[in-house]
Amino acid sequence: MKRITTPITEATIRDLKVGDEILLNGRVVLSRDIGHKFMVEKKPEWLKPILENAVIYHCGPVVAHHEDGHWSFVSAGPTTSIREEPYQADVIETYSIRGVIGKGGMGKKTSDACARHGAVYLHATGGAGALLAERVKRVVDVKMLEEFGSPEAFWIIEVEDFPLVVTMDSHGGSLHEEVARASADRAKELMAAK
Amino acid sequence: MSVCPMPNLTPLSTVEAKSVLPKGWKADLADLRKVDLTLAVLELIRRSTTRLPQDVIEALVASRNAEAEGSRAANTLDTMLENVTLADENLAPLCQDTGTLLFWVRHPYGVSQRAVKQQIRAAVQEATKRSWLRPNCVAAIGGKNTGDNMDPFGETHPVIHFEEREEPGIEIHIMQKGGGCENVGAQYRLPDAAIGAGRDLGGVRKCIIDAVNKAQGQGCAPGILGVAIGGDRVVGYERSKELILRKVDSANPDPRMDAFEKQLKEELNTLGIGPMGYGGKTTALAVFVEELWRHPASFFVSISYMCWSSRRMALQLDAAGLPSYL
Repeated sequence: MKRITTPITEATIRDLKVGDEILLNGRVVLSRDIGHKFMVEKKPEWLKPILENAVIYHCGPVVAHHEDGHWSFVSAGPTTSIREEPYQADVIETYSIRGVIGKGGMGKKTSDACARHGAVYLHATGGAGALLAERVKRVVDVKMLEEFGSPEAFWIIEVEDFPLVVTMDSHGGSLHEEVARASADRAKELMAAK
Repeated sequence: MSVCPMPNLTPLSTVEAKSVLPKGWKADLADLRKVDLTLAVLELIRRSTTRLPQDVIEALVASRNAEAEGSRAANTLDTMLENVTLADENLAPLCQDTGTLLFWVRHPYGVSQRAVKQQIRAAVQEATKRSWLRPNCVAAIGGKNTGDNMDPFGETHPVIHFEEREEPGIEIHIMQKGGGCENVGAQYRLPDAAIGAGRDLGGVRKCIIDAVNKAQGQGCAPGILGVAIGGDRVVGYERSKELILRKVDSANPDPRMDAFEKQLKEELNTLGIGPMGYGGKTTALAVFVEELWRHPASFFVSISYMCWSSRRMALQLDAAGLPSYL
C-alpha cells in the first residue's frame, strides 16, 4: 500500500492508477454542498493557500468541542460525491487541488479536470465514520462554521494513514464506470430471463 | 482461505454499566398520562448510534468470508467490521451521518402522544449535544442548520409514528437512516414501459433489480431493501422503511414472499456491484417484501434502500415498566 503525503506533486498523482490502495498523510480540507457552491460562486482568495496541492474531503463530521476550546473528530466518513459534480472541476482547477475524497465516484466533467490538472478521486469506505475519525490526528482550524453549520463548514485537518482507494485516476480511468457497465449488462440479462 | 472472525464487541454488561439510566430504573406506568421516557429514549439512541445489531454484523462476516481473499471487496468488508468494533469501543457514532431519525412508538390506550413526542425530542436534543448525533436538520431551501436536530414546526424531524395497541407496556423502535441511502430509494408506477415491468410479481422483480443497479455503491452497499407493493405513494414508502426493522436473517411469514425475497437477494448478488461499489459478490444483505392493498388504477412499488450500517434498535418496556433493549 502506497503512502502519500501532502503537499502532493503532480508526478505523484500521475503515478496513481485505478484500483490502487493508498494511505494519505497530511492536510485535508472538508467541504460539501454549501462549501462547493460557495467556492465556485465567491472564489474566496483566502482559501487558495489552504487548498493548494492538498486534498478536499466530502464529509460532514460529528465533532466534539472540548472545554479548553479545541475540537476533535468523533465520526467522519465520506458523503456522496456526485452532488458536487457541477462544481468539482472548477474547484480542482481554481484551487490547485490534487485529490478529492468521497464516496460513490463522480462524473465526466470531474474526470476531465483530473486529467487536465493532475488530480485523482479517492474513495473512502462509506459508513466507516468511527475508524476514519481515529485517523484524524489534529483539527488545525475551521472556517465558515457560523455561516454553514458544522456538517458543512471547512474543517482543516491533518490525517495519518487515511485508507483510500483510487477509483478515478488522472488518465481518464474510472472503477465506477467499469463496475456500472458490468452490472448494467448483468441486470439486462436478469430482466430478460423472465 | 482465512476466515474473518466475529468482531469482539464489548460485553452487554459493559454497555449496561455505561447506561444513562440509573441502576434499576423503570418507567412508572401507573398513570400512563404521566409516563416519562426521556432518559430511556436517550439510552436507545446511544446504543443504536454506536452498536450495530448482531444479525447485521453476522451477515457482514458471512459476506466477508464469501469474497475472495485479498480482494477489494474483502478488504472493504474488513474495514466496515473494524469500524463496527471501534464505534462500540469508543462510544462513537458508527457513521458521521447519524441519519434522519425515525421512531415508531407502540403504546396502550392512555399514553399521551403529545407528551411522548416532547420526550423523544428532548432526548434527541440531548444526544446531539453529546455528539452521539450530528445536527441533521436544515431548512429545505436556505440550508440553515437548526443545530439541534429539531425542525422548528415540530412536524418533520425527528419523524415519529404512533400506534395504539392492545398489549400493556410500551415499545419504541428507532432507525437512523443516512442521506446517501435515502437518496437511492425509488418508487415505480406499474406498468413501467422503460424497464418492461408489468403489474405482477415479475414486474416487481424488475423494479428491484433496476433500482439496485441504478444505486450502484451510492447507498453504501451492501444494502438492505424494503419493498412495499401497493398502497398510495405515502403508505408505500412508509411501509418500505418499516420493513427494514426486520432482522436480516428473519423469514417472511408468507412462504411465497419468503421464496421471492431469497431469490432476489441471490440474483442481486450476481450484479457484481459489491461493497461500496468496488465490485464483488456482496451487493445486498437482505430483501424484505410486503404486499399491501391499492387503488385499482395505481400500482406502486416503493423501495427503500438501507446502507450496510443498518442502525436500528427497540426499547421495550414490559407491563411493569422494566426496560430492555433489543
